[in-house]
Amino acid sequence: MQLRQKDLLGIEHLDRKEIELILEAAKPFKSLFTRSIKKVPTLRGKTVVNLFYEPSTRTRTSFEIAAKRLSADVVNIAVSSSSVVKGESLIDTGKTMEAMKADFIVIRHSLAGAPAVLARNLNSSIINAGDGFHEHPTQGLLDLFTIREKKRKIEGLTVLLVGDILHSRVAKSNIWGLIKMGARVRVSGPPTLIPSGIENMGVEVNYNLDEALKGVDVVNILRIQLERQQENLFPSVHEYMELYQMTRERLANARPDVLVMHPGPMNRGIEISSEVADSPAAVINEQVTNGIAVRMAVLYLLSGRFQPNKKTDRGIHE
Amino acid sequence: MTPMQAWRDKKVIMSKVEIGRTVKRLAHEIVEKNFGVKDLVIIGIQTRGVHLGRRILKEIIDAGLADGITNIPFGTLDINLYRDDVGTLSSPPQIRETEIAFDIVGKKIVLVDDVIFTGRSIRAALDELMDFGRPRNIQLAVLVDRGHRELPIEPNFTGKKFITSMDEFIDVELEESDGQDRVVLKEKTQ
Repeated sequence: MQLRQKDLLGIEHLDRKEIELILEAAKPFKSLFTRSIKKVPTLRGKTVVNLFYEPSTRTRTSFEIAAKRLSADVVNIAVSSSSVVKGESLIDTGKTMEAMKADFIVIRHSLAGAPAVLARNLNSSIINAGDGFHEHPTQGLLDLFTIREKKRKIEGLTVLLVGDILHSRVAKSNIWGLIKMGARVRVSGPPTLIPSGIENMGVEVNYNLDEALKGVDVVNILRIQLERQQENLFPSVHEYMELYQMTRERLANARPDVLVMHPGPMNRGIEISSEVADSPAAVINEQVTNGIAVRMAVLYLLSGRFQPNKKTDRGIHE
Repeated sequence: MTPMQAWRDKKVIMSKVEIGRTVKRLAHEIVEKNFGVKDLVIIGIQTRGVHLGRRILKEIIDAGLADGITNIPFGTLDINLYRDDVGTLSSPPQIRETEIAFDIVGKKIVLVDDVIFTGRSIRAALDELMDFGRPRNIQLAVLVDRGHRELPIEPNFTGKKFITSMDEFIDVELEESDGQDRVVLKEKTQ
């Protein structure tokens, strides 16, 4: 069993078996973190380029740690300091990275589809670390991993996503993954921040958060981007808090064993109260730990694809 | 993992009874060579080395070789993350559990695997164990040695030596994973 593509562009393109393969592969990587030496030599000699056209600390650091724990070499390129500001095109930048023998290019870009453009034009494995409002597959996968680890299953669970679904690539990746894994998905948030027609993805919409929380096993609270208020997508932060802040009282509508997730960085006291964020139901820090394991699994599973069938496999008895 | 080519059985080289006898002998040899079981730990390489390691451990206890010591530590090791050929395989191997829930520093480790061939798996296992600490020594026990070493690595305890050709393949089947105990020599069909 292996991944069918050399790239990870979105969960939309994965089937359930592939998602399960990644989630299974992440387990042994997570168990490495309890060793005193957390590093294994698996990807020694491989090069991972983190190409970030948008600022990011968490995701970039997570990919960097994942690659380093696999003994790959890591190069970080931030847009502000690169030749992109001198006018180089995305494909040319990618070709330059490939000429430098980058085996993996981890890309974040404000335009949806940018990773796909690179994937079509390069032999390197492209990993989407967030493209526009499209997808952020490794975040989706680490959320699935966390849910499965805590709830022992995904199928049959009811998962609620709260907040700015419209602008959230995390939400899109979560929805694709959860539906493929057999969960029921609900979304709640201001009507202006819920894309119209999202029901067609098989998602339930309920603008009333208290009602939407009924019977929910997992609630994933999305970061509210404060700049959206200037676009008049919601009247005021205060009103958002009144209607959609996850508070202890509101959370009581969900199942008693509800799991609270947040992709970070959190606006404490806006989309989530500190009380909820620090409660035992919250697994926000574990999501961060799991993110490294899942990204290691993705790098590992994509690593076998460079020279398919170059050498006949000899089986395990060596 | 099944090899890519099609293989057919050529000959059964060890029966259930022979495997049982050999495991017993290996257990006795290990205890004899180590003058008892003090500081001894057993670590099986995933997956069939784990089954064999457990059997050896059980034999040591059941046959009363342990001088009343019943808690000989047992661990499992998956060597796939330490392989030297991950990037050249068409698909990366499935990783199984590595669980060494004890400190190996100063311990005498008996590493157990089903078959030794090129020696590369054992090289990987040695590197991995060193990342866990500095054992007093590492010894190797295998059920079958099929020859064709590519590295200067030799087992300390060998169940059966069986020199094979490169077109052959030794398949160890154990009840725990395969429903029956036997060692089969296989050959390519083409």
